[in-house]
Amino acid sequence: MTRWTPDPSFYPSPASAAAAPAEKPAYVAAFDRAGQQPDAIAVLDTDPDSEEYGRVVGWTELPHTGDEVHHFGWNACSSALCPTAPHPHVERRYLIVPGLRSSRIHVLDTKTDPRRPELVKVIGPEELGKRAGYSRPHTVHCGPDGIYVSALGGADGQEGPGGIAVLDHTTFEVRGAWEADRGPQFLAYDFWWHYTQDVLVTSEWGTPSMIEDGIVGELLLGRRYGHAIHFWDLAKRRHVQRVDLGDQHQMALELRPAHDPTKSYGFVGVVISVEDLSASVWLWHRDGDAWAVTKVIDIPAEPADPADLPELLKPFGAVPPLVTDIDLSVDDRFLHVSCWGTGELIRYDVSDPFHPVRVGSVRLGGIVHRTPHPAFPDEPLAGGPQMVEISRDGRRVYVSNSLYGAWDDQFYPDGVGAWVAKLDVDPEHGGLVPDPRFFPRGDEFRGRRVHQTRLQGGDASSDSYCFP
Amino acid sequence: MTGATWAALAGLGAFHGLNPAMGWLFAVARGLQERRRAALLAALPPIAAGHLASVAVVAALVSATRSATAGTVVAVTGGLVLVGFGLWRLLSERHFRWAGMRLSAAQLTAWSFLMSAAHGAGLMLLPVLLAEPAVGGGPHAGHLAAAPAGALTGLAAAAVHTAAMLGVALVVALLVYEVLGVGVLRRAWFNVDRLWAGVLVAAGVVTLLGAT
Repeated sequence: MTRWTPDPSFYPSPASAAAAPAEKPAYVAAFDRAGQQPDAIAVLDTDPDSEEYGRVVGWTELPHTGDEVHHFGWNACSSALCPTAPHPHVERRYLIVPGLRSSRIHVLDTKTDPRRPELVKVIGPEELGKRAGYSRPHTVHCGPDGIYVSALGGADGQEGPGGIAVLDHTTFEVRGAWEADRGPQFLAYDFWWHYTQDVLVTSEWGTPSMIEDGIVGELLLGRRYGHAIHFWDLAKRRHVQRVDLGDQHQMALELRPAHDPTKSYGFVGVVISVEDLSASVWLWHRDGDAWAVTKVIDIPAEPADPADLPELLKPFGAVPPLVTDIDLSVDDRFLHVSCWGTGELIRYDVSDPFHPVRVGSVRLGGIVHRTPHPAFPDEPLAGGPQMVEISRDGRRVYVSNSLYGAWDDQFYPDGVGAWVAKLDVDPEHGGLVPDPRFFPRGDEFRGRRVHQTRLQGGDASSDSYCFP
Repeated sequence: MTGATWAALAGLGAFHGLNPAMGWLFAVARGLQERRRAALLAALPPIAAGHLASVAVVAALVSATRSATAGTVVAVTGGLVLVGFGLWRLLSERHFRWAGMRLSAAQLTAWSFLMSAAHGAGLMLLPVLLAEPAVGGGPHAGHLAAAPAGALTGLAAAAVHTAAMLGVALVVALLVYEVLGVGVLRRAWFNVDRLWAGVLVAAGVVTLLGAT
């Protein structure tokens, strides 16, 4: 049922979202790599005044096994205030949780008991396939007129094309494929938009067979993973332009457009260059009537003793940073870049998006360093800061350590473990400081690995704003 | 038409004008996006034109058919339509869909037309129009020849309604753009749609009661 007044967690502008009260709690996707136990949504207490602060305080298991829950999102968010299809009286209460491996999409209601989300619907892979022609659902965004879910693969065992399925945001039925004309686009991964400019952007990873059994060396060296981003007419649902980053830049993944709706730029992270194992971040921006990209951040590989490296990396004698996630603060000032290979989270001031300035860095885990959390110096950590989520006010940053089951196993063959760290922004220097009280890990996650975190009431990668 | 009828038409127009979903919010968004008050002002006339078209279709149709057919039939039909539409609005959770923020004036008019139609803006005028004695009474009452005159009255009604809508929308849009800021939406955006659906049902019931 709709509300009489707007959902208090909807904000017309980024500034009003940044002024919002702090989140409590946080939701984390937790999956069983072996596929023996059900995956779950873990609930973390983020209230610093609570006795259970920093602990897993809720746990909702999904009904099946083998889902590999990965990215998820809210059914509704600030875009409900957008004037083309305004409906601010719906509620931000359902988490839309896709299984990347099973192609099942789960709908969980967080309202009745925020610490125990209740499963209210499961959309089977056959419905996603039949109605939209897709499989392997990945990124979820709450659009003003429906729920948009990107998917990596095609239906009926087809490799692709991947694309975006639209779900009805009240019945959660799959309405169909979003694309009216996909042009040359085949590979899919992330998507987001410049909503007020009728522009949608998509990125590229690989098809199911390219990722599900781990990274395929020949395909990587053959430069076959995605290396382009696509611009679309959001209103007409048509492909407008493909921008190639160069085929040495393999896997153009996370897209973070400026939150300010009057701005026309955004950042995309590239996992690896096959020329020197570096990672990079690119800026997309207008170039006359067209779109262009400029590399603005380059992160080199770190030399390492081959004895310390997994099989895959031994021949190279270096650790690639592997930029697998990036996140832009709601005020568009700070970009956080996850280097999952070296175990570093780097913070850049991107007030001038063409010239990012490195202002902070934290090391946790990493293929070689295994840097422990400063509060628990005797526990070497596997994995690294991977999915990164920033609070609306930009003061807290949450990182979780698993990338993707099969890839975890390749880069951390002795086990990736499970941990979520919270970092506080140093008010003096602008850097990041791990919070000693907030470090749920290991058995707290009941044998599951942890992927994305979502914050109650929205976070820096969940909402779109239509007013500056 | 009596003074009270015109006042009622204008009042309903003002109510539509207040509703952010009916267009002023779109105008504010365009003003903010381009950081120009002129963009806001330029968006309002197409929005009002779309609203006018939507309302005028119903008003002209009702006034014209009512001149030509038995008043009770129109009133009962109209009442049933109102109740049905109101209930559908109340119970249906499907949302009006429209993609695109960058619209030409013509597209904006079309958007406003559909938005108004989808919200039953024209239907809302039914009780007011039906409360009027049929145009062209006397020996020729019920004759088809009276239809054009009836339609004209309907169009005039739509025009008055729209003028009030535009006036209020203009004032609210400027107030939000210049003084209050869009933050006011979070506090002041009452669920007009839900209220609206209830009012439609009530108006339908009143019309039906009046017809019997």
